Amino acid sequence: MDAVKEFFHMGGYALYVWGSFGVTAALMVAEPLVLARQRKAMIRRLRRLIRLESEQSS
Amino acid sequence: MSSRILNWFKFSSPASFYPLAGTIGKVSTLIAVGLLAVGLYMSFFVAPTDYKQGEGYRIIFIHVPAAWMSMFIYVVMAFWAAMGLVFRTRLSFMMARALAPTGALMTFIALWTGAFWGKPMWGTWWVWDARLTSELILFFLYVGYIALQGAIPDIRRGDRAGAILLLVGVVNIPIIYFSVKWWNTLHQGASVSIREGSSMSAIMLETMLIMTFAFWAYTIAVAMARVRLIILERERETRWVAELPEVKL
Repeated sequence: MDAVKEFFHMGGYALYVWGSFGVTAALMVAEPLVLARQRKAMIRRLRRLIRLESEQSS
Repeated sequence: MSSRILNWFKFSSPASFYPLAGTIGKVSTLIAVGLLAVGLYMSFFVAPTDYKQGEGYRIIFIHVPAAWMSMFIYVVMAFWAAMGLVFRTRLSFMMARALAPTGALMTFIALWTGAFWGKPMWGTWWVWDARLTSELILFFLYVGYIALQGAIPDIRRGDRAGAILLLVGVVNIPIIYFSVKWWNTLHQGASVSIREGSSMSAIMLETMLIMTFAFWAYTIAVAMARVRLIILERERETRWVAELPEVKL
């Protein structure tokens, strides 16, 4: 338990080390997630476009 | 020989690059996850405590890779911008566009972790010195490029305007890199240089390099995902997009 505590304490630099690593991790997790959502939205939009076109031509 | 040249130009067409980008993206994702796992483990459990900065120095393992990537991505974008202007290849401009948000992200991480490192070591979050200010300008260049692209609805004009901005802004890169030599600054000099080698211990250097390759792979993975989005957006009215397995109804 003490080892874990000591690890998170970072020799007194906890705020700075975790403030750096935390924000970096959050951003680098968020970017791929945003991209995945954008891709889903794009594919939905493309399908709508195709459906619209096929309705117009028929 | 001629068939080889043809092959290369084949991939400058969005339709044939789209699946290739998907494969590159998948491979890069695997490499990025693997390297990040190893790199983070080494950052916290293998690299020893620094004799001067204690545990606080561990910020270096993300600060330096992010700062390197922030400059490197910009140079790559400028390269694609030049390719686009010279060869008029549409895909080149798309590559530049796809890299911009990730470049801005890396610059932000470099600035942010720099502030969180500066506070305990220098006693201040920020100083207006040459290294920090030129890196901030780099951030504004990325943001300016993204805003410019968003403000010009005509794709071809936006591409060209953005490319020119990128090429002009490239002058900032050597300023950032050499700022610690040219001016007196609070920022320390380069820890790693091609001519003088490294002033760090081997294990710290190895950890930093692994993290750098991890960030590199990450950048390639997200850039490939984004360029695929841009390709779909721009080619939405073409037959090949309508016939993609993921799009087909």
